[in-house]
Amino acid sequence: MRLSRTSLLAILLAFGLAVAFAMHCSSAQAASLQDAVAHFSADDFDETIAGISETAGTGDARAATVLQALQGGTLMFSAEKKAVYIQDGDKLFDAVTGQPVPGDPPADLDNVKLNNRVRGTIDAALGGLTLLSPDPDKRYDAAQAVFKSRDATVLPALESALAKEQDPRIKRVLMQARGAITLNSADASEADRLAAIDIESQRGDQDALALLSTLPANASPAVAKAAATAIAAIQHHLALWETVQNLWYGLSLGSVLLLACIGLAITFGVMGVINMAHGEMVMIGAYVTFVVQDTIRNSHPGLFNYSLAIAIPLAFIVAGLVGILIERCIIRFLYGRPLETLLATWGLSLILQQAVRTMFGPNNREVGNPSFMSGAFDLGGITITYNRLWIICFALAVFVALLGILRFTRFGLEMRAVTQNRTMAASMGIRTSRVDALTFGLGSGIAGIAGVALSQIDNVSPNLGQGYIIDSFMVVVFGGVGNLWGTLVGSFVLGIANKFLEPVAGAVLGKIAILVLIILFIQKRPRGMFALKGRAVEA
Amino acid sequence: MNSHILIRSVDRTGAIFLIVVAAIAILVPICNLAIPESSAFHVPTYLVALFGKYLCYGILALSIDLIWGYCGILSLGHGAFFALGGYAMGMYLMRQIGTRGVYADPVLPDFMVFLNWKELPIFWYGFQHFYYALFMMMAVPGALAFVFGWFAFRSRVTGVYLSIITQALTYALMLGFFRNNFGFGGNNGLTDFKDIFGINIQAETTRNAFLVISCIALALSFLVCRAVVTSKLGKVLIAIRDAESRTRFLGYRVESYKLFVFTLSACIAGIAGAIYVPQVGIINPSEFAPGNSIEAVIWVAVGGRGTLAGAALGAVVVNYAKTYFTSGILAPYWLFMLGGLFVGVTLFLPRGIVGTLHHWKALRRAQLSAAAEDGVAVTPKQMPAE
Repeated sequence: MRLSRTSLLAILLAFGLAVAFAMHCSSAQAASLQDAVAHFSADDFDETIAGISETAGTGDARAATVLQALQGGTLMFSAEKKAVYIQDGDKLFDAVTGQPVPGDPPADLDNVKLNNRVRGTIDAALGGLTLLSPDPDKRYDAAQAVFKSRDATVLPALESALAKEQDPRIKRVLMQARGAITLNSADASEADRLAAIDIESQRGDQDALALLSTLPANASPAVAKAAATAIAAIQHHLALWETVQNLWYGLSLGSVLLLACIGLAITFGVMGVINMAHGEMVMIGAYVTFVVQDTIRNSHPGLFNYSLAIAIPLAFIVAGLVGILIERCIIRFLYGRPLETLLATWGLSLILQQAVRTMFGPNNREVGNPSFMSGAFDLGGITITYNRLWIICFALAVFVALLGILRFTRFGLEMRAVTQNRTMAASMGIRTSRVDALTFGLGSGIAGIAGVALSQIDNVSPNLGQGYIIDSFMVVVFGGVGNLWGTLVGSFVLGIANKFLEPVAGAVLGKIAILVLIILFIQKRPRGMFALKGRAVEA
Repeated sequence: MNSHILIRSVDRTGAIFLIVVAAIAILVPICNLAIPESSAFHVPTYLVALFGKYLCYGILALSIDLIWGYCGILSLGHGAFFALGGYAMGMYLMRQIGTRGVYADPVLPDFMVFLNWKELPIFWYGFQHFYYALFMMMAVPGALAFVFGWFAFRSRVTGVYLSIITQALTYALMLGFFRNNFGFGGNNGLTDFKDIFGINIQAETTRNAFLVISCIALALSFLVCRAVVTSKLGKVLIAIRDAESRTRFLGYRVESYKLFVFTLSACIAGIAGAIYVPQVGIINPSEFAPGNSIEAVIWVAVGGRGTLAGAALGAVVVNYAKTYFTSGILAPYWLFMLGGLFVGVTLFLPRGIVGTLHHWKALRRAQLSAAAEDGVAVTPKQMPAE
């Protein structure tokens, strides 16, 4: 009994001690956050910076909240009461405990002042704090932030994060961040530095380049040499990716050109008609997309992702019908007079532009990307946006479909026959005027489809078509008339050449250079790269 | 017989044209300066400047008609030569500003001071002398046309291909002139002109003087073009227009003829631009816009291609319509009208105003003479298509 009494006493004692210890511990931690936060009430930038470092160092769960409030300008202090609060709307919360503060706010309430130095410290400190966040994307961003700030105070947090991290992608960035801090600190050992340089050179981007070119002054020759090698390697790597990037942009521009001028190649190739209103067919397609999306937004918002699938056939039909109408009403009276056709279709383009301007207003209309077309992903050193990727695929699909129509359908056969020898085709019983109308409709319809695609990357305005018309003609002239492969090669060659000239000569001079090159090219091959041969040329 | 009547009637048209131009040159300044403002016959000064502008467009139209109407070269880039002539004049006028500019630099034009340039670019040298500037107004467009034409005609770029690359030419020049470091004032172009030959450029008398100069230039250009097209050279040009390959096979050097007439036409367009600039007070890269060049072609089509006088008439008529409609309540519909004009003229009036008048007259004469000969009305032979 006695034993049990003592043991009971011991248990009680132990319990009491444990509670007391726990209470002590919790109050000790709270006290340290309290101490850290107290710095903010001093109204002095150096004190604030000291406060940020201490707050981040407490490891308290509320530290991040406090720092975010500071960053957002909602951390308030009262110099009189030596107290720090977080303001949310018109309510005040105690910065340390997070409890609402009862009663009226103190009279001398003011927010903690920030300057750029303070902001930099906050970023680094928050980076260190969110390194342990459960959300991998946040951890990744935090690691990148630490890498950019190269703040040595985050090092302990970084080390613990590195020990816990499972995701290899984040782990790599954490290592790079640690390397950046090592390289930047004046007292790191040579071996550490060399290891760090090795890690950074694997990162291989502009940031790594900047880091390696600003080594501390006391770096040993071995380190400097390693850094120089790494810089050379990175620059080579970057140059390589830049080439890939230019190639990608060029392909993207080429696909846009291909879409814009493939219909033109048909009408020009088959009928010898220069359709200056072709750009306006593209514009009509873009506006069809706008109308479809507008209707969907107002009546069936759930269908938005299918808006392009609905717009493509509609744009084809609308633009195609307009094309057939133009052919029947104007162009068929002007066959054999290409220069007059050019002028008449130019006039038509003015009318169509003004008509659209009257109906939809002169301003840009908003056309949205469906979800599968928005966003981007990284491929090695370049970023690929989904809309550009889809447009390249779409342009190629349209091209293949058109080749199929020309090759395998009866209409395609008739069209090719008329292209090669109109008189002979007519003698064989082909109704050439019907083929002409349908061909013009097909070319215009494809321009309409191109408009759907271009509405995703360009401004939908009445002037949309104007921007493409000269480029499209350049492609057709360059590629050669009456040959779709010429159009394909022409658009991609021009697109890629344009994008490779741009960084060297600037956007405008690059464009001028391309125009001059084409003018010179036409000297050599007046009928384009893939010219029709034989009598058809003079017909 | 038929061609004899045609030539005689064109001659008469030419005489009427020259008389009208002379009448404008004499009457408009009198009505502006001598007749008091209260009178109904008074012509306000802004109209004088407007007339001057139209006449410059008339000269541009003449230059286009010379190559399109008589040689079958459809240039969609003639606005480039017009603008180059204008820039040459603008450079002279800029150098005349001297210390009266905003930055009061005795040598550098304002925009160069603004761009922090320390010295005059080499291609601006000499433009303080009027005769040098006058030479450049013709030489620069002419040289560009010569080089461009030499390349294009030698490799037999014809028809729509030529039209498209002339379009590309003016587009490329527009992009270039929009750049600040090109040295021609970039986006804003050249403006703020003060005086010419030491006379205030804004004064009423100066404006009237420019109108008279425009009339003289128009008349001279017309005479030069007439001289070219009625000469033996002109006959070859028309042969090239109607059957280029056949002319070549007959032994004529087609490209030399084309190159000559193209260069001459560019020089005339340059002069038009040079007289245009002091009257409107500004020259900027938008003059190179491809649309402007195409619009100039429609003036010729409206007036009648291959008639010279008709081209100038077309320029005045279309531009008067433009001024009239774009200033009233009909402004939003102007582009419909302009577009309709392009379509309508090519479809329904392929000969243009003057060409159609000639055609009617020829028809009537042929009918009369046929009736006189054997008392039967016969339809005259169709004129050969272009």
